[in-house]
Amino acid sequence: MIRYLLPLLAFILLVAFLAVGLKLNPREVPSPLVDKPAPPFALPQLHQPDAQFAPQDLLGKVWLLNVWASWCVSCRQEHPVLVRLHESGAVPIYGLNYKDQRADALKWLAQFGDPYTLSFVDAEGRVGIDYGVYGVPETYVIDKQGVIRYKQIGPVTQEVLDKTILPLVAKLNA
Amino acid sequence: MRLLASHGGAGRGWRRAGAFPLAFLCLLAAFLAAPAAAREAAALAEDEAVEARMVTITQDLRCLVCQNESLAASRADLAMDLRREVREQIKLGKSDQEILDFMVARYGDFVLYRPAFKATTLLLWVGPFLLLLAGVAALALYLRRRSRRVVTTGLTPEEQEQADKLLDLGADENKQ
Repeated sequence: MIRYLLPLLAFILLVAFLAVGLKLNPREVPSPLVDKPAPPFALPQLHQPDAQFAPQDLLGKVWLLNVWASWCVSCRQEHPVLVRLHESGAVPIYGLNYKDQRADALKWLAQFGDPYTLSFVDAEGRVGIDYGVYGVPETYVIDKQGVIRYKQIGPVTQEVLDKTILPLVAKLNA
Repeated sequence: MRLLASHGGAGRGWRRAGAFPLAFLCLLAAFLAAPAAAREAAALAEDEAVEARMVTITQDLRCLVCQNESLAASRADLAMDLRREVREQIKLGKSDQEILDFMVARYGDFVLYRPAFKATTLLLWVGPFLLLLAGVAALALYLRRRSRRVVTTGLTPEEQEQADKLLDLGADENKQ
């Protein structure tokens, strides 16, 4: 009996491995920055280039850092979700405008709505490198101590927001 | 064109119809123009030593945008930025290890084509040998069982007679 069961078990094991492998997304590389302090920076703001923004200013607040660009197609997909989130006032969203043209970025916000409390400009993508950004959009949840607690790779969907980000924000605010 | 930097919108640019004839024309034009422009090419890099070291380092790093390309070979925007970063760090006098650590701190072990040997990468390094060991063990087990199952049995009297006859026949033929 075992003679016949053994190959079957081996086959089931193989199928299980392949099934799990199929569901994994190889493009989602887990970030080593989760649970590490958010790298400091100082960048010019999008609307007022003379003024700067530094994440250190937000210590004591839970906030989202959303990496976006006007040339990014998937950003358009997540944009309505962010706009709704902004209107709900659940958590402030700060936008890192990544390797974009200022005029394009401003036009984009005027056209689709501006969900950001503030946007700042990373024209050369250097801050992006410090945050391990390898595509746009990406979203970070940063806690009151300035520690990155979660990284969303790819667009924020309503599902991700409801199941992961908002519960986490509530927990961090508690 | 911005190469593949957007999550979810992978490389559609290549399939545009009409790209081929255009490329062909460009190629043709390049061939026709070649003799006229046959001058020594200017060095692409200002500092060749830095460039050579940059290439050696980035060859062992994975480009996260086009995941099966090295950072040295990729034409993705991010790869260009990271090559610039490596170049700058070389000029600052950083060691190779410091530069690799810089990359790992931001993108994780996944960027290394030769990941370090540690607890989380143990299975990656040892796994193939474990499989080999399991295979050898299974083969040995199988062979032992089979050799036990094969029993040498003597010939029946009829078979013995037949064999003798054949052997005699052979011996006779040899004599002739």
